[in-house]
Amino acid sequence: MSQAELFIKPLTSWMDGSGIDSDIVLSSRVRLARNICQIPFPNRANIAQLSKVEENVEEIIPELAEATGKTYQSMSIDKLSTLERNVLVEKHMISSNHIMNPENRLVIVSEDDKISIMVNEEDHLRIQCMVSGLDLGATLEMASKIDDTIEAKLDIAFTEDMGYLTSCPTNLGTGLRASVMMHLPGLVFTRQINKIMNASTQLGLAVRGLYGEGSEVIGNIFQISNQLTLGFSEQETIDNLTSAVLEIMTHERAARKALYAQSPDVVSDKVWRSYGVLKYARTITGNEALALLSEVRMGIDLNIIHNVPAKVFNELLVSSRGNYLQNLKDNGNLSPNEIDRQRAAMIREVLMNGSND
Amino acid sequence: MLCDDCKKNQACVHLTQITNTQKIDKHLCEECAKKYGELIFNVDQKFSVDDFLAGMFNNGSIDNSQMKVMTCPNCGMTYRDFSRTGKIGCNVCYTTFAKKLEPLLRRIHGASSHIGKVPKRSGGQIELKQRIKQMRNTLANHVTNEEYEQAAKLRDEIKEIEKEFHEGE
Repeated sequence: MSQAELFIKPLTSWMDGSGIDSDIVLSSRVRLARNICQIPFPNRANIAQLSKVEENVEEIIPELAEATGKTYQSMSIDKLSTLERNVLVEKHMISSNHIMNPENRLVIVSEDDKISIMVNEEDHLRIQCMVSGLDLGATLEMASKIDDTIEAKLDIAFTEDMGYLTSCPTNLGTGLRASVMMHLPGLVFTRQINKIMNASTQLGLAVRGLYGEGSEVIGNIFQISNQLTLGFSEQETIDNLTSAVLEIMTHERAARKALYAQSPDVVSDKVWRSYGVLKYARTITGNEALALLSEVRMGIDLNIIHNVPAKVFNELLVSSRGNYLQNLKDNGNLSPNEIDRQRAAMIREVLMNGSND
Repeated sequence: MLCDDCKKNQACVHLTQITNTQKIDKHLCEECAKKYGELIFNVDQKFSVDDFLAGMFNNGSIDNSQMKVMTCPNCGMTYRDFSRTGKIGCNVCYTTFAKKLEPLLRRIHGASSHIGKVPKRSGGQIELKQRIKQMRNTLANHVTNEEYEQAAKLRDEIKEIEKEFHEGE
């Protein structure tokens, strides 16, 4: 995907609704935190040191391309417009932390969007790999290959006992954060989600909203990730997370089934009403849109709605976001009302094109 | 009057906090009041894991004046910076402040040490060491299960690797 397309195409290949169990698991991702020896971590490095990290990493791009068989483009965050930066955050390509101090920050993205390497975020390197559906193994393999290629060239901070050294001591060890984005309307509507969240915490997992740390839950979308990074191997970490995700998925499927079996009229009424609002609304806020989209998506999964492909939900997760809409109109000064109007128009258009009726 | 929070220093700040339903009155010393100041006046600021960590640095078991002036030779990070930001300065800091970090790491991660990936180029020896450790465990299992043939084979393999290990040193 070219740089221009990256900001205007709503669907990224790791969120296109393909892959294993993709009716509930939207995407799987892993992130490895790595730092270069002797150079202070980004929060403490000066401009010269930060740009040295940038240089070092950019030099490795040809090797990365060879090792992974993909092409990469490197973008300086401070060369992007504010809107473009925010679109990358909305698309989960970079963290919101990465655009706080845009100078000397890079993001290296693979052509298929599945790999993004943040340079000088909290750590010198944050290697992220993402795929659609549930497949943490594939993402870890990809990330590990990139890590190996980088490590062959740069001295990575590591000690035998503490593992990979990171800026925040909570990431010490493997530096691995694996997370899975799940759509769980059944558990929310049957009020079981709190139980699941409590149980997950006890298993050393964190449950968060759509945009990770500190973000609220919208559209019944949750991110589940490992907390501990020391004392577990990479494989153990993703195995633990995967088994928890499978367990949650079973509960979600059971909850949806029970909900529909118990009150089919109420459920299908709710689903169709949401569809109706989305299809005809002239102005709609981002949160309302995601809440309704979540219900429509559940309706599709429960076979109540037939004429809309499930992919539409994934697409609108990005294309109904404020910065994306503003960037599309090439205008960062749209008023909230104007954004709401653009959003409603976008949803109408996507539903019109996507539906088969 | 002593500070309500630390109960050590003289209270010199009177704080009244009014939330939706209740009013809290507190008498605080300057140090403790500072912490409240950040919380009260930056309502938008999200409470993050760094705040917890900074707090842990402050409440560590080892606390003496020598620690306070300690500076990392590589990045110039001081102990004071640490307790303010909750972030570490560079990889050398982990050695510089090892004593102070140990209890903190124990609180976050338990008494664990790293198991998992080892960098191939710089960590070749460590990888061998870990492999030997794993093989010794398997060997012990074989012996308890009286699988002597396999145990003997494994013992020879370990010897081979150990030789390689010492040559590399």
